[in-house]
Amino acid sequence: MNHRILRCCVIGSACALVAAGVLEAKLRVVSTLQDFAAIAQAIGGDRVDTFALAKGYQDPHYVDAKPSLVLHLSRADLLIVAGLELEIGYLPPLIDQSRNSKIHPGNAAYLDASIGCEILSIPTQKITRAMGDVHPSGNPHYWTDPENGRIIARTIAAKLAAIDPKGTETYRENLSAFDTTLDAKLVEWQVKFKPFAGTKVVTFHDSWPNFAKHFGLEIVGNVEPKPGIPPTPSHTLEIINRIQAQHVPVILVEPYFDTKTPKSIAARTGATVVTLYPSVGGIPEIKTYFDLFDTDLDLLVRALGGVS
Amino acid sequence: MPLHRALRRLGGALFAGSPLMVLLAFSLALARPAAGQPAPPSEVASLRQEIDALRSEYEQRIAALEAKLAALSTAAEQRAAMPPPAPPPPAPPPVTAAPAKKSGNYFNPAISLIGNFLAVGGQGSHGDLPNASLRESEISLQAVVDPYARADLFLSFGEEGVEVEEGYVTFTALPAQLLAKVGRMRTSFGKVNTMHLHTLPWPDEPLPVVNLLGGEEGWIGTGVSLSRLLPVGDTFTELTFEVMRGDSPGLFQADKTSDLALNGHYRIFRDLTDASNLDIGLSYGFGPNGTAERADTALAGLDLTYRWKPLRTGSYRGLIVRGEAYRSERQQPGGRQDAFGWYLSGEYRLAKRWSLGARLEAAERAADASLRDTGQALSFTFDLSEFLRWRGELRRRRFAEDLTTNDFLMQLQFAVGAHGAHPF
Repeated sequence: MNHRILRCCVIGSACALVAAGVLEAKLRVVSTLQDFAAIAQAIGGDRVDTFALAKGYQDPHYVDAKPSLVLHLSRADLLIVAGLELEIGYLPPLIDQSRNSKIHPGNAAYLDASIGCEILSIPTQKITRAMGDVHPSGNPHYWTDPENGRIIARTIAAKLAAIDPKGTETYRENLSAFDTTLDAKLVEWQVKFKPFAGTKVVTFHDSWPNFAKHFGLEIVGNVEPKPGIPPTPSHTLEIINRIQAQHVPVILVEPYFDTKTPKSIAARTGATVVTLYPSVGGIPEIKTYFDLFDTDLDLLVRALGGVS
Repeated sequence: MPLHRALRRLGGALFAGSPLMVLLAFSLALARPAAGQPAPPSEVASLRQEIDALRSEYEQRIAALEAKLAALSTAAEQRAAMPPPAPPPPAPPPVTAAPAKKSGNYFNPAISLIGNFLAVGGQGSHGDLPNASLRESEISLQAVVDPYARADLFLSFGEEGVEVEEGYVTFTALPAQLLAKVGRMRTSFGKVNTMHLHTLPWPDEPLPVVNLLGGEEGWIGTGVSLSRLLPVGDTFTELTFEVMRGDSPGLFQADKTSDLALNGHYRIFRDLTDASNLDIGLSYGFGPNGTAERADTALAGLDLTYRWKPLRTGSYRGLIVRGEAYRSERQQPGGRQDAFGWYLSGEYRLAKRWSLGARLEAAERAADASLRDTGQALSFTFDLSEFLRWRGELRRRRFAEDLTTNDFLMQLQFAVGAHGAHPF
């Protein structure tokens, strides 16, 4: 009897050790945005654990450099960032305090997801802060174009395979599955949104150039007079005039902006305010990168009078 | 103390001659029409042989180049085609953070400037704040030194001159969760002492810093700082130990080379919810005060910060409540002086551009604990943009000499240059 108990204990602890070993073996992927975490999870499958520093419903420009985030970075096997100075307000001090030299820019476990993506609004003239909080390397909201999502997935798959060569086959298969799903989704989205291609929109912040380009929206203005500058009465009036003159049907607002000004513009013009989610996690239902476009396109189609 | 450092430059790229140029020269030579007198048949035959040999050689080369070109364009087409025939084999992608700028300044430090204008109005000023001053404007130079370290230099410009507020190298690649800083730095004593003037929530320093940490500058030390992460589950904790030169104006004074000031700090940080967190610090430091042989000043500090900031609407709403208490034990001729000081402050953000604040403060004086100063202040902050800020403070201070001052402080801050990290 005692032997049996002892044996059970031994086997149990062996199992626990093996389980711990398996858990231990998971790659810890930390990303700044939930979008990259979702893609990394899709590619990495069971081999990775992901964590995003910024929540999807949070303004990605203003994330607090909380010490609790330092802990996640200190344990990270891979850090995925948006780059293009999107994280400049909080990430550099966090990386410095992480004591994890692997994830410093330029080192093996630091991945800039913007590499290879189509980046829009790259300044072609001398920039000054008179233009607001402009990004010298281009608009950093590039993941809102699903074709860029494809490139991000490939970049992540390549990086995961480089860090964890044993998983190469898994990553290759998952990437292939991701590509297949994306191809099918692209057709579905195109069919769904085709009747609304060419629609003129006003957006709160300049977060949507890639999304607009892919789905054929025409952005005619921003509620912010300049990036990062809150709405002003004179600019709001100008936007109202523009919406009326060009019959703009919708005003797109990111979930983290105050809807007061957009709503007052809508009341004066008859346009509809639509909260559109720029990132995975914007609402709990958006769990994957594909959910993001499913949700956003449904919201848009519904606002434009279509059947989603 | 000037900080010397050398920046490394990469060697120039090697020039590689283009095989196309060689081919071009060949083809030109061959294309030239034969001219002049007819040559003897044997010479003609040998020339023809030579030419044939050359032609076949260059045809081979052209064929090889064409094959290469075809391979490249097929690869490019494959890459452009949607959907791709097969996912490419995972290969390590380039790891540059941003597209490299074509600039000789690329490895130069990031430079930023923070200007700080302060106007003071009121009656019977006890302090030495002039009614208008460009006070402690700051230039920072920051860069990565090599794979193991980064360097930060903060120069503070007042109307009296320039001083090195901080200048240190941080070793970021140490083992065992260690982080080391070497140079001149704000010591990790308490909370506000570690903050630069432009990151304070007020235009002025609170009384406990002024009375117990040697003046408005606080405790800036020169030496070595070593800190280690000690996570307890999901709770961040960090232990810092610092060995500094035994000099700091108004606080420590070293007579001998062996006189040192030491400081220890333990920080605990925990997220209470997604939107709120608690930050607690315990500090203890001591050093020679120069009033007598072996006379020390020992400092103990407790700091607490509670933050509430809903993640979704964090740009529009937020509350920070912070408080600190210091105790100073100063050995000096005539007996030990035990002085105590504290402040409690709250800041509430009510709109993207606006926040309001209030502060209560009281501190005994380090050299004579029987003298106690108190103060109250109300403030507002208006952020015109992320880079320009107006702040006003209505302040009443009651000094131990039975003197009360009512002041209005108006601060204008502006930041230009490299985008710095947001203070937390």
